[in-house]
Amino acid sequence: MPLAFSPTTVPVVVDDAKCIAEKGCTVCVDVCPLDVLRISEETGKAYMKYDECWYCMPCEADCPTGAVTVNIPYLLR
Amino acid sequence: MDAIKDGLSQVDCDVLVIGGGTAGPMAALKVKQNNPKARVVLLEKANVKRSGAISMGMDGLNNAVVPGYATPEQYTKEITIANDGIVDQAPVLKYAERCFEIIQELDRFGIRFQKTGNGDYDVKKVHHLGTYVLPMPNGDTVKKALYRQLRREQVLISNRYMATRLLTAPDGRIAGAIAVNTRSAEFLVLRAKAVILCLGAAGRLGLPQSGYLWGTYENATNSGDGYAMAFHAGAALANLECYQINPLIKDYNGPACAYVAGPFGAYTANAEGNRFIESDYWSGQMMQEFYNELQSGKGPVFLKLNHLHPDTVGEIETILHKVERPSRGRFHATRGTDYREKMIEMHISEIGFCSGHSASGVFVDEFARTTVQGLYAAGDMANVPHNYMLGAFTNGAVAGEHAASYIGEVDLPEIDAEFIAKERARVLAPTKREDGIPPNQLEYKTRRFVNDYLQPPKVTARMKIGQQRFAEIREDLDTAMVARDSHELMRALEIASILDCADMAAHASLFRTESRWGLYHNRVEYPEKDDENWFCHTLLRKKDGRMVSEKQPIAPYSVPIEDEERGAYDQLRVRKQA
Repeated sequence: MPLAFSPTTVPVVVDDAKCIAEKGCTVCVDVCPLDVLRISEETGKAYMKYDECWYCMPCEADCPTGAVTVNIPYLLR
Repeated sequence: MDAIKDGLSQVDCDVLVIGGGTAGPMAALKVKQNNPKARVVLLEKANVKRSGAISMGMDGLNNAVVPGYATPEQYTKEITIANDGIVDQAPVLKYAERCFEIIQELDRFGIRFQKTGNGDYDVKKVHHLGTYVLPMPNGDTVKKALYRQLRREQVLISNRYMATRLLTAPDGRIAGAIAVNTRSAEFLVLRAKAVILCLGAAGRLGLPQSGYLWGTYENATNSGDGYAMAFHAGAALANLECYQINPLIKDYNGPACAYVAGPFGAYTANAEGNRFIESDYWSGQMMQEFYNELQSGKGPVFLKLNHLHPDTVGEIETILHKVERPSRGRFHATRGTDYREKMIEMHISEIGFCSGHSASGVFVDEFARTTVQGLYAAGDMANVPHNYMLGAFTNGAVAGEHAASYIGEVDLPEIDAEFIAKERARVLAPTKREDGIPPNQLEYKTRRFVNDYLQPPKVTARMKIGQQRFAEIREDLDTAMVARDSHELMRALEIASILDCADMAAHASLFRTESRWGLYHNRVEYPEKDDENWFCHTLLRKKDGRMVSEKQPIAPYSVPIEDEERGAYDQLRVRKQA
């Protein structure tokens, strides 16, 4: 049985213009309790790779440039 | 990152603390303070800087026993009554006697507590009988303050390692743990004289109403790994049928915080805006009244603040939208809910295990010792009732202090290479399959069945069907689960813990053939409390590879409870005005 791709709209949004991951910053990736953020190999910016969010906000609170916004997951809104 | 690598290394230490949330850091600190030469490793599935139930801090202490406001004996009495008497008082009394000194230590760490103009701690009344709630104006700094102390004491921190099984020595005592890196799948064997389990609640057991797996009441990282590991190591777990169910903001699924808003004049109300419970302090009886109101024609239930002065509401918002679950404000904003105008719809949470708010967990004594030699447990996963954050700190300290002296009495135990090889094969099995069922589907199905079959009111036939479904899922998990990277492997290991907890919840609930703790163990066919047969703990453990439950007597009370006091929590419903 092959695995399907099921799209979801992710709660954590990163402003690429503000994100400084390409300079080596990994703060949001480091602090996420559920480990759902990664740095994109294509863009060099942080993004939400896994839709497994507790909307707890360390990523947003600790981001040094204010690039990260945590929204409430759509199913809960 | 996330690619699966082959690797195995070993670290020897004196004390291994698993879980870097609240109890864990305090346990590690206390070992070092009492035994500076001890080699202490703090293992954490996430990152100690922001892990655990208080990753964003906390608004206050729910159970502070502060001289002048309450005595340890009063507190022990209150907790005994709130838990229908099923309490070994020694660890509760120990907590109550020690927690004030921990408050003062946290204060020195820089976590300040609210004081009155005279400089006294400003303790508020929320509980049914006593006064124990102490606000924390800079509660958002808790994790940072703890982290500073860990660095100062040179505790070795290993982030992003998930422990999978405990190791025991041939003589039965604890010998360490096996862990896997959540970003590379490399193994770490930790050989230790003592292990302190601080892995938090089983918070991913029931499925929230939203259907979103991660929209849980507890931090969703807390998947019950500690309960599963303790079980497989042969430790006893107490009273698991006493579930955790919490009142919450519906859909957001986070705390409504009646403890915070209550002292300002807010309260839990029905759709008519009227109070229906006398006390917002959580107990099984309170949750039963909440459930009854939800099901009644006067439901649903709301948090009511719209009768308060707008400035007061503003003050409450400042607290609630800054710490613990700060995204709460964002949730209300999305729906256009203003506390000043509308009541906030509440509901009850999915089921879980968590002594922080309830009573069940790994059985411990007043030194935080489990039934396995050298193995300790503290915080939400140990069975000291109504622990909350201060209980995690205090009992973590108790565990750390005892372990600091215990390690002087024993040698490093032997570890079993064959067991480690078998465990590696078990853990990696889902990564060896090309095709199969992904962890998220196994998890969704398990947790939906937890709701369908285990949620109270509990019915025997229903719980037995649940057990059958869990057995089928276990078969799938063992033969068909697939994990494509190390992140998915972490999820695969978590679903194994969730399934173990589901089985334990069903087994324990079927064993106790009475009703107790209000909604938490409301058994429809046995509606009465049966003190004659069930005034006891139930201990669940693994014996010869099988799950068994047995009765254990309650240790004689050191703080006596008079007959007329026993029922104090039974009459929580507001009586009709004459």
